[in-house]
Amino acid sequence: MGTKRVGVFVCHCGLNIAGMVKVKEVIDKANKQPGVVFAVDHKYLCAEPGQTLIKDSIRQHQLDAIVVAACSPAMHEATFKNIAQLSGLNRYNCEVANIREQSSWVHDDSDKATSKAQIAVRQGIEKVKLNEPLQPITVPVTRRVLVIGGGIAGIRAALDVANGGYQVYLVEKSGSIGGRMAQLSETFPTLDCSICILGPLMVEVYRHPNIKLLRLSRVEEVKGYIGNFKVRVRQEPPYVEEAKCNACGECAKVCPAQVPNEFDFGLTWRKAIYTPFAQAVPPAYVLDSTNCLGLLPQACGECKKACDQFGTGCMNLDAWPQVHELEVGAIIVATGYELYDATKLTEYGYGIFSDVMTSLEFERMLSASGPTSGEIRRPSDGETPREIVFIQCAGQREPETALPYCSKICCMYTARHAMMFHHKVPEGQAYVFYMDIRAGGKGYEEFVKRCQEERGLLYLRGRVAKVYEENGKLVVKGVDTLSGKRVQINADLVVLAVGMIPSSETHELASKLKASLDANGFFSEAHPKLRPLESPTAGIFMAGAGQAPKDIPDTVAQASGAASKALDLLSSPTLEREPTVAQVVGELCSGCGICIPSCPYEALSLNAETKLAEVSEALCEGCGTCIASCPSSALSLRNLTDEQMLAMIEAIVAS
Amino acid sequence: MIQLETNFEPKIVGFLCRWCSYAGADLAGTSRIKYPPNVNTIRVNCSGRVDPTLVLKALALGADGVLIAGCHPGDCHYTNGNVKALRRFRLLQKMLDQFGIERERVRLEWVSASEGERYARVVRGMTEDVRSLGPLNWKARVEAVA
Amino acid sequence: MTKTKIAFNWASSCGGCEIAIFELGTKLIDLANKVDIVFWPAILDYKYSDLEAIPDGAIDVAFVNGAIQNSENEHLAKLLRAKSKLLVAFGSCACLGGIPALANTTSRDQIFASSYIETSTTDNPEKTLPQTKLQAREGELTIPEFYNTVKTLDQVVDVDYYVPGCPPVGEQVSKVISQFVEGVLPPKGAVLGASDKSLCHECKRVRTDRKIAKIIRTYQTLPDPQKCLLEQGIICMGPATRGGCGSICLDANMPCRGCYGPLPKAIDQGGKMLSALSSIFDAQSEEDIQRLADSVVDPVGTFYRFGLARSLLRRTKP
Repeated sequence: MGTKRVGVFVCHCGLNIAGMVKVKEVIDKANKQPGVVFAVDHKYLCAEPGQTLIKDSIRQHQLDAIVVAACSPAMHEATFKNIAQLSGLNRYNCEVANIREQSSWVHDDSDKATSKAQIAVRQGIEKVKLNEPLQPITVPVTRRVLVIGGGIAGIRAALDVANGGYQVYLVEKSGSIGGRMAQLSETFPTLDCSICILGPLMVEVYRHPNIKLLRLSRVEEVKGYIGNFKVRVRQEPPYVEEAKCNACGECAKVCPAQVPNEFDFGLTWRKAIYTPFAQAVPPAYVLDSTNCLGLLPQACGECKKACDQFGTGCMNLDAWPQVHELEVGAIIVATGYELYDATKLTEYGYGIFSDVMTSLEFERMLSASGPTSGEIRRPSDGETPREIVFIQCAGQREPETALPYCSKICCMYTARHAMMFHHKVPEGQAYVFYMDIRAGGKGYEEFVKRCQEERGLLYLRGRVAKVYEENGKLVVKGVDTLSGKRVQINADLVVLAVGMIPSSETHELASKLKASLDANGFFSEAHPKLRPLESPTAGIFMAGAGQAPKDIPDTVAQASGAASKALDLLSSPTLEREPTVAQVVGELCSGCGICIPSCPYEALSLNAETKLAEVSEALCEGCGTCIASCPSSALSLRNLTDEQMLAMIEAIVAS
Repeated sequence: MIQLETNFEPKIVGFLCRWCSYAGADLAGTSRIKYPPNVNTIRVNCSGRVDPTLVLKALALGADGVLIAGCHPGDCHYTNGNVKALRRFRLLQKMLDQFGIERERVRLEWVSASEGERYARVVRGMTEDVRSLGPLNWKARVEAVA
Repeated sequence: MTKTKIAFNWASSCGGCEIAIFELGTKLIDLANKVDIVFWPAILDYKYSDLEAIPDGAIDVAFVNGAIQNSENEHLAKLLRAKSKLLVAFGSCACLGGIPALANTTSRDQIFASSYIETSTTDNPEKTLPQTKLQAREGELTIPEFYNTVKTLDQVVDVDYYVPGCPPVGEQVSKVISQFVEGVLPPKGAVLGASDKSLCHECKRVRTDRKIAKIIRTYQTLPDPQKCLLEQGIICMGPATRGGCGSICLDANMPCRGCYGPLPKAIDQGGKMLSALSSIFDAQSEEDIQRLADSVVDPVGTFYRFGLARSLLRRTKP
């Protein structure tokens, strides 16, 4: 690189700069710096005449690079870079020196403000002399989206992208989409029937020409980067031809294998050949090969016989898993949640006393299609409970022993549960033990108030110390802090509002995606406030409870938001990324690997053959953390190299 | 050491991360908050870019102090570059103790984009602390005891 | 064919670099046929006057090992510079300051006090300390002045080449000396007998998870000889140190101590190691980070064991 002809432009910014900084002295000092061939000042460089001055000067004085001493680069760096580009210079041959926000506006001694400005200009000159003329990095974009998870978040996101005109693959691990929302009876605060509002969306997904639904599927491997993901999905066979099955159920009638039904949390049984739930989509049966008496060799085969004889003959017991190699540009993760293992909360006796249930189990019981057809019964003896205790914050907000966080929705669904109980058992009495009531959403406070006041439930502010069985009743020992009294309730049924944790396979999926998880195992967002739907890993977005506990409205909003982000990514056939990324100098790299963990974007890897470090330019965000961790100085950050940093330090200290 | 020279102006090199602390410093400017001009800033993308070797170089070249400013933990634009900066800084601090370089001279501060006033306070505080410690003049000191 | 005239000198040195020459073994005989050793105080009783008598520039190459710690070291270095076409800093002490440079963490006064007064076995009731001049019966006797700050060779004279190592490994010494005898040399200022990549490049140990959860000293454990020592919590200077030594210390299940010095682009070996090490601390919270930092018991001694004189700060505050 030869010596650049540098031009310096110092802005008065009216009196904003010139009122404190002696602009002429800044020009004089600049002219004395090696490399500077031209220096001029102007009242308003960002305005049209100022811009023209810069353009004309570049031409007249054959400038190779410019330094603009003006307001903060945060204000007009893009403007000045554009002018440079329009004048035929590479945009990186333009540096901005901040002599307003960090000089004229904050110092009241004119001489000192001026010398600070002179140093800032000197820094800019030294940096621009060493800047490389970079071009944006262009990567092609595969205009298809993968949505992982078929709950309400995945469904909404898939529909939004599909309606936006792009092809979507929706991968769901179970036999039907619908997720947790399909397991709910009603939803707060409207008491809508959950499956009634969800069902039509599920059907829309199934029928959508742009959505390919892969049920019984899991992501096996993810390669590539933003705009160019290659995902291997493994789909287990249902042993039933989806299009031909009419869900007549003849197969299930004759199946000898019975297992606890996971949809009802084991409160009912299902056969090895089953439909996940009545409104399942796809509306076809599934053979659970793990619990079938045997397929290799075929031990039973009764289901197929029944189907051939009485059904549509849609079964094929000779099926194999299918591997799909998908190419997508964006991935939306919507893997949802499950409940914290309540057996760990030994004080409540879940798993020991059959009449202690989790909130989701109670939810199934409330449901008309549930284990008791919507009637509330004690699991132990099938009797209708009269006294029911709801314990909020079970195993949550307890950093020492259980989950440290709040699951956001339990106050609301507990109110709903208590209300529904009272509706179904009008003579019953419900108690709710709470620490706080968190009802921040739209209509939430009003709903809870209704439950607390109108329905005559008893809300007790306090914790439950222990639940144990005595004479067929559950003794609940708690406290009411508002009256200061200890409370004992001999309940028939206890329902625990257990915390939401990320679904069991989240950890494995995250490492395949190279998407980071937070301290609680939920997907991390790129910025908690300003980028809540994007993973730090470029091209991966998220929605729903997999990111953090939340309710349905927030989930749907996030799903649409994530879809919007994906659509934005797909909106053009190529993607431009900032080129000020890290690069490895192969001759200096010794393959020590210390840089690898310093990258939050997994943009660094060790090449399997050369054993040297490599940067994926598409993934690198240019933070520079790896540069500082490399003991060989083999990594360098384009246009903010160590050489440039040293030149700027010298510019400061040497004066 | 009694500072007889009352005209000593500390020279402090500041590394500010563009997303939080540099923006915070700009906010101090927009708010017209006054502070001493002793910290000359270098804008980096992330406090994680700051190699302790650069801090040592600044001191060896003649800086009286070095300020590294980044986002509050949890707020880093690049997820956790500031955590790496903190790890390096704590070990660097230990080493500088052995070199006899006072803790007030090399500081790591968290300044968010909304903390203009805080930035000004950090600069004022550090400038005064370093002023009362006197010039570091590292090169001259080393040569004086050759 | 005229023989290459070479000289060896030792400054503040342990003698190990002289032994390194002897590691050439039988090759010394071949060498003797090609070179004329005109000055080697370690093996024969040369006097200053022998060196002064040599015409300027008559020595083809002089190898100086040892750090510059007293005025004699400096005087001889300057003399050899004048008398030699090429001057080579041989061994870590001459290149970087070496172990003697750890004196830069203290002062001459403190060193004298420890050596001549404070040690429990010293019997010096009058607290006599060395002095550079003494009026004796025979006349004025002088001894060199002991410096407060140890320097590298190139901090007192212009150096042409550097051969790092404590001592430089036998094989490398052989190659380096042949280079000088044959006259096939890279541009001035080059580092010879060492790799341009770090020790990690030639280390045979297996690296898996670049994370350090705790830091321990070598005596606290029996390290797994197959796995990277850093990952086992033992500070190994390998990542920030030139290779070329054949990783002999690692093969003996001991961590690299950094004697081959900084890598080509590093401006400070210790600073680079500090950054690399702390970057992979497995710690997120303030407490965990502080705990790990505190477990590095002596950062200066660990990161600048051989290179304190060469470092950016060169010594602790006097």
